[in-house]
Amino acid sequence: MILTTLIFLSVLLLVTLGVAAYETYGERKVAAFMQDRVGPDRAGPFGILQPIADGVKMFMKEDFVPATANKRLYFLGPAIAMTTALLTGCVIPWGGTMVIGDFTLNFQAADPEIGILYVFAMVSIGVYGIMLGGWASNNKFALYGAIRAASQMVSYELAMGLSIVALIIGTGTLSLSGIVSGQLDGWWNIAAQPLGFLLFLVCAFAETNRAPFDLPECETELVGGYHTEFSSMKLGFYLFAEYVNMFISSAVISTLYFGGYDIPFVDQAGLTGFWITVLGTGMLFAKIIFFIFFFMWIRWTLPRFRYDQLMNLGWKTLIPLAILNILITGLWNFRTELLALF
Amino acid sequence: MATAMQPLTQRSRQVSNKKMTFMERIYLPAILKGMAITLKHFFFVKAATVKYPEQKRPFSAIYRGLHVLKRDDQGRERCTACGLCAVACPAEAITMVSAERKKGEEKMYREEKYASVYEINMLRCIFCGDCEDACPKEAIFLTDRLVPSDYTRNPFVYGKEWLVEPLDPALRVDVSKRQTPEVLKFKGQKQYSHNR
Repeated sequence: MILTTLIFLSVLLLVTLGVAAYETYGERKVAAFMQDRVGPDRAGPFGILQPIADGVKMFMKEDFVPATANKRLYFLGPAIAMTTALLTGCVIPWGGTMVIGDFTLNFQAADPEIGILYVFAMVSIGVYGIMLGGWASNNKFALYGAIRAASQMVSYELAMGLSIVALIIGTGTLSLSGIVSGQLDGWWNIAAQPLGFLLFLVCAFAETNRAPFDLPECETELVGGYHTEFSSMKLGFYLFAEYVNMFISSAVISTLYFGGYDIPFVDQAGLTGFWITVLGTGMLFAKIIFFIFFFMWIRWTLPRFRYDQLMNLGWKTLIPLAILNILITGLWNFRTELLALF
Repeated sequence: MATAMQPLTQRSRQVSNKKMTFMERIYLPAILKGMAITLKHFFFVKAATVKYPEQKRPFSAIYRGLHVLKRDDQGRERCTACGLCAVACPAEAITMVSAERKKGEEKMYREEKYASVYEINMLRCIFCGDCEDACPKEAIFLTDRLVPSDYTRNPFVYGKEWLVEPLDPALRVDVSKRQTPEVLKFKGQKQYSHNR
């Protein structure tokens, strides 16, 4: 059993890294198409070997450490960013349960009761990677980036958590597999929580440091933000962690609000359990890819928020809206109990 | 006493700093509009890219690129090392050493004097074409070829081996495209048309 889980986790790791690698390619292609360009097309047909070329380039670059840097933290930063990004994947239900003969494979490596809290915990630790990296670089631009990352995380994590609270009132469980199985037969959670979804989406953008909330690494103001002083594979890890985070965020959004691996009306198609599982995983990945595209779509549409606008949006708009959302959801879900009071 | 400021042009516009309406403040309609625009570009607008090495944009007939030192129709170098191009050059990119033609070299050089060394520093050159205009012997022309990139400075000093066109008539550099009516009219104003 442990062996199956280990194998599953290894496959998951490879898939995550592969998806992240091809996200970099996808990002460049999407950006190019939206700007009426062609994008990378030299490495292999349509440039599909570009991520490999980029990876090789990253490895070949000089691994520079600033003389005044705090060496240990400087090494720790990218490691934390990458590790936490990869750790979130193991609680997400990537599909149903596959039964081949007497061998069962669960498409979820671990199913803790508090799955969603685990994801939050990991994402919160992820900001330490950015903060430590920015601090350890001993560079004012990097420090600015780190401070911005930290304050942004604090502001938006709150709204994100509150938007999840409303969802949990409806689902009644913190376990991700429980949330998905609640959506298998009925409506997807987006139907019950449109506002919550919007808030979660906006916060997910902020949590992954993606445009329009990419203040921690904005080139125009901060050179490179927290990763100004990083080079070679350390920089690669930061950039890669961002793409892994994007992948995981898309997976979490799909899981929480869009039914995870649920295909609407699949139970009426008369398929065997095996095929439902396979197609379900495919469906989840289709949803994930759509949201990855959505992330890129937003990035190449919107300009960056100004810092004060970011804070205004976070504290004065999203958090009150999230609280309102909780209130409405609570009143609706406990309406019978409330009415019974009178 | 301050007077009302007069606008220098008619281009100034009154800007309004009015408060945003509710629809503007929730951003979402504007964001959706923007996303529709980018999506339209993603799917429908064709890329404007020219894939350079395979696909080349046509140059203008009088494009000013890499220089050529022409030979005459008998394959003799036209340049007489008079130095007018070097004088005309605003970037001081051209240097030359003149030499006297010896007996038996009549097939190689058209006149009694020729350039034994002729160098153009392509990093200095601004491709203005003044050398071409200055040349009394119709010897130097700018062409529609490009100066290739390199990693160091030295290869950018082009000597005669790069500048003088090959002897083989098939490999000659065609500069006839540059002789547009306007160019010929301009050159007709030169006083030294004896060379033609």
